[in-house]
Amino acid sequence: MNPVILLSIILLTPVACAVLVLVFSRFANIRDAISLISAIVLFTAVCLLFPFAYSNSIELKLFNLFPEIAFKFRVESLGMLFATLASLLWIINTIYSIGYMRGNNEKHQTRFYLCFAIAISSTMGLSMSGNLLTLFIFYEILTLSTYPLVTHKGTMAAAKSGRVYLGVLLGSSIAFFLFAIIWTWSITKTLEFTPGGIFSKDVDPAALSILLLLYVFGIGKAAIMPMHRWLPAAMVAPTPVSALLHAVAVVKAGVFSITKIVIYIFSPGLLVKIPTTELVIYIAGFTIIIASWIAFKQTNLKRMLAYSTISQLSYIIMAAMLATPFAIIAAALHIVAHAFGKITLFFAAGSIYTASRKTELNQLNGIGKIMPWTMVAFTIGGLSMIGLPPLAGFISKWYLLMGAINVQSWFVLAVIIISTLLNAGYFLPIIYSAFFKSPPAGETEIKEAPLPIVIALVCTAGLTLIFFFFPTVFTTLTQSLKGIL
Amino acid sequence: MQSHFLVLLVAIPLIAAPVCVLIKSRALVWALVSVVSGICFLLSVKLLILVSTSETALTYAIGFWDAPVGIQYRLDMVAAIVAFIVSLIAFIVALYSRVSLKDEIKAEKIPLFYSAYLLCLTGLLGITVTGDAFNLFVFMEISSLASYALISMGKNRAALISSFRYLIMGTIGATFLLIGIGLMYAHTGTLNMTDLAQRLPALLGKQSVQVSLAFIVIGLAIKSALFPVHIWLPGAYTHAPISVSAFLAGTATKVSIYALIRFLFTVFDQTYAVSKAHLGPAFIILAVVAMLFGSILALKQDNLKRMLAYSSIAQIGYLFLGIGLFSVSGLSATITHIFNHAIIKTTLFLVLGCMIYKLGHAQLSQLNGIGKRMPWTTAAFVIAGLSLIGVPLTAGFTSKWALVSATLEQEYLILTALIMFTSLLAIVYIWRVVEAAYFKEHETKTTTVKEAPLALLIPLWMLVILNIYFGIDTTINIEFARQAADSLFGS
Repeated sequence: MNPVILLSIILLTPVACAVLVLVFSRFANIRDAISLISAIVLFTAVCLLFPFAYSNSIELKLFNLFPEIAFKFRVESLGMLFATLASLLWIINTIYSIGYMRGNNEKHQTRFYLCFAIAISSTMGLSMSGNLLTLFIFYEILTLSTYPLVTHKGTMAAAKSGRVYLGVLLGSSIAFFLFAIIWTWSITKTLEFTPGGIFSKDVDPAALSILLLLYVFGIGKAAIMPMHRWLPAAMVAPTPVSALLHAVAVVKAGVFSITKIVIYIFSPGLLVKIPTTELVIYIAGFTIIIASWIAFKQTNLKRMLAYSTISQLSYIIMAAMLATPFAIIAAALHIVAHAFGKITLFFAAGSIYTASRKTELNQLNGIGKIMPWTMVAFTIGGLSMIGLPPLAGFISKWYLLMGAINVQSWFVLAVIIISTLLNAGYFLPIIYSAFFKSPPAGETEIKEAPLPIVIALVCTAGLTLIFFFFPTVFTTLTQSLKGIL
Repeated sequence: MQSHFLVLLVAIPLIAAPVCVLIKSRALVWALVSVVSGICFLLSVKLLILVSTSETALTYAIGFWDAPVGIQYRLDMVAAIVAFIVSLIAFIVALYSRVSLKDEIKAEKIPLFYSAYLLCLTGLLGITVTGDAFNLFVFMEISSLASYALISMGKNRAALISSFRYLIMGTIGATFLLIGIGLMYAHTGTLNMTDLAQRLPALLGKQSVQVSLAFIVIGLAIKSALFPVHIWLPGAYTHAPISVSAFLAGTATKVSIYALIRFLFTVFDQTYAVSKAHLGPAFIILAVVAMLFGSILALKQDNLKRMLAYSSIAQIGYLFLGIGLFSVSGLSATITHIFNHAIIKTTLFLVLGCMIYKLGHAQLSQLNGIGKRMPWTTAAFVIAGLSLIGVPLTAGFTSKWALVSATLEQEYLILTALIMFTSLLAIVYIWRVVEAAYFKEHETKTTTVKEAPLALLIPLWMLVILNIYFGIDTTINIEFARQAADSLFGS
C-alpha cells in the first residue's frame, strides 16, 4: 500500500476511534469493541509502514502554520520504533482496560475511552512529526487529553493531583520548551528534523548550552528532577492510564522528544561539544539514584512504580546525552524495554487492586499463591527492571554499559551499578514476600483478576521475554539510526 | 461601486443609529442592528480582500473633494485588519445581545442602547478608515461618548460611577490628542496624514512638534489603558452590561492602539520616535509592569468580569511591548495580537454573559460544579482560556509565537522570560475557574440551572471556533499582519 496513505491511516484511526466512541457512548459493548478494533487496525497499519522507515523519505505535509513552518509528518526510524511500541501496547491495554473498568465499575467510561483515543492519536502524531513545531503541538495535546484521565475520579484530591500534573507539564512546556523552540527557530530559521542537526558551527556555544537545558527541563514529560513531581501525582488515575500513558505513551513521549532533538536538532557530534551536556548527565545520574532511593522507601505499590519510572527515564536521558552510537541505540532500545517491563508491573498492580483492593506493599504477603499468574508476570517485569537476562531490560542496559565504557564515563557506570542494586533492593523483597511468606488467614483460595486483565499481563510479560530472544525487530531499526549518526 | 465601500463602512452604521431610536419593537431594532453590523462585516471582508490584492492603499475622497482640501479616507493593510476584526466582533456581539440584554436593560431603553452601540461602531470603524488626523479625533470622540453611555446602562449603580470615571479619563485622553493634533496643524497647516508625514520630518527639531508627539502618545495611552493610566478599565468592564464589556474589550482599546500605531509609524517617522523620543524603552518598561500587574491582580479576583478586565490590562502590555520593540517583527506581533486578543477576550466575556444570564452573577466562589450544569458554556471557557494561555492550534498561540520571536530577534532574553512567566500566571487564573467548574461540588441543592439558550450559545461558539480556526489558518493574523508591519516600516 502507498506509504503516505498508511501514514494517514495511522494518524486518523485513533481520531476516528474517538469520534465513534462518542457516537456509540450508550452501547458499552460496541464502544469497547470499537476501541479494540481501532487498536488492531492501527497496529496493522504501523506494521505495514515499517519497511518504509529506513528510507527516511516518506513525508506528508498538510498546511503552513506560519509562513515558513509547515504542519508536517515524516517517517523515520526512531519515530517508527515509538509508534510500533505504543500501538502494540494499545491493543493489550484496551483488553486490560475493558477488564479493569468493568471490574471496578468505574464511572464515565466513555470519556475514558475518548480521551484515551485522543492521547493515542497525539502519540502517533508526535512520533511521526516532521518538525519541532508539529511535535510540540502533539506534545501539548497529549498533556491536555490526559488531564481528564488523571482527574478521572473527579474528587478534590484528584483535582489537586491534576493541578500538579497540568501545572508542571503545561508550565514547563510553555515556559521552557516553547521558548527553546522559538529561540532555535530565530537562530536557524528552520525547525525540520534533519540528520546531522540544524545548528551551524558558528552558533554561540553559550546559547546552545542554555538551549539544551531549556529543552531537557522544558520537556517535563521526561521527568528529570526537579520536573518529576507530576508523575507520582498522576498515579491517582485508573491503572490502565498509569500503565499505558504514565509508563509508556506520555513519559516515553518525553524521552523520545529529547532523543529526537539530540539526533536531529543538535546532532550527537555537536552535543558533546556543548558544555552543559556534562551537567545534564550529572543531573540525570542524580535523578536515577535519588528516584531509586525514594522508590526503595515507598510503601504504596503504584507510587513505588512511579518513582521507578522516573529513575528509568533518566537512564534514557543519560544515554541520549552520552551521544555515542551505542548509547543512542541504548536510549532507543530502553524506550521499548522499559515499556514492556513497566506496563507489566502496572498491569499487575491494577490486577491486585481489582481482585483484592490491595494497594500497599505490606499487604502483599503470600499474594503469589493467591494470584499466581499476576505475580509471575510481576516477577518477570521486576527482574527486567533490574536488568537480568533473559529479559528485555538486560539488552538495553548492555548497550548503555558499552556506550559508557566506550567514552570511559565512570560516573555513568557507577550510577548504573548503584541503581541496579537499588532496583534489586526494592523489587526482590516484594517478590520474596509474595511467594515465600504465607498469605493472611482466610485468603488461600486462588482468586485472580478478571480474565481480560490476566490475558493482558501475560501478553506483556511474554513480550518482555520475547524481546530478549528476538530483539532484531527493534535493533534493525536502531541500527539504521547509526547510519544517520 | 467598489470605491464607495470605504465610506459605506462608516456611513451605514451612522445612518442606522438614529433610525434605531425611532423603532419601538425590540425584536425589530435588534434585527436592524444585526443586519447593519453584518453588512459592515461583509464590507470589511471585501475591503480586506481588495487591500490584500492591490499594491497600494485604497483611498476615497469624501464628497469628491481631493486630499488637501477634503477629508481623505485611506485603507491600508493594518487598517483593513483592524476594521475586519472590529466589525466581526460587532456582528457577533450584536447577535448575542438580544437575549443577554433582556435581564440587564429596561425594555424602553433598548432602542437607545442599540443606537449608542451603532454609534460606537461607527466611531471605531471611522478611526480605522480615516486618513485625516482631525477626523480621527472626531471619530474617537463619537466612539468614546457612545461607550460612556453604553457603560452607564449597567444594571447596578456602580456602573454610573465607572462610566463617569471613564468619562473623566477618556476626556483627558481625547483632549491631549486634540492638543497634539492642533500643535501639528499649527506647524504644518495640514491635517491629512500623508501630508503630515511629508512635512513633519523637517520640523522635528521644533520643541512644540516634539510636544505634540508627547500629547498624542499620552492621550492614546490613556485611551488604550496602558499601565498606569488604566484605572478606568476594570470598573468599566466590570459594571457595564456584558455585551458592552465584550464589545469594548474586543475593540475599543485595540482601535486606540491602532491609532497610536498610525501616528507613530505613518504620521511621525518611527526612527524619530525611537532615537529621539526614546519611546521604545518607555513602552517596554510600562508594558512589562502592565503584564505583571495585570496578571497578578487577575489572580486575586473573585468577580470574573473583573478578572478578565485585569487580564486585559496584562494583554495590553503585550501589545505595547510589541510596539516598543520598534522592529518589523515586533510591530507585526502587536497587530497579530490585536486581532487574536479581540477574539479571545470577547469569547471569554460572552461565556460570562451565559453564566450571568443563568445565574445572575459571575462570582468564582459561587460557580462550583457549573461544568456539569452548563457543559457547553464551560467548554467554551476552557477553549478560549487555552487560547489566552497560548496553547498550540489556538489563535493565542500565534500571538505568543510572534511576540516571543520578536523579542528573541533583538536578544531581549529577559523580556522573553517575562512573557513566558506571565503566560504561566494566565494558566493559574484560568485554571482556578476550570477547577471550580469541574471538581468542586455545588453546595446548594438548586440544580435547576440548565445550559444557556441557543441564542447565546450559537454566537459564543462561532467565536470559539474562530479561536481554533485562526490558530490553524494564520493567513490574516500572521501573514497579513507581517505585510502590514512591512508597509508601515517602509512608509
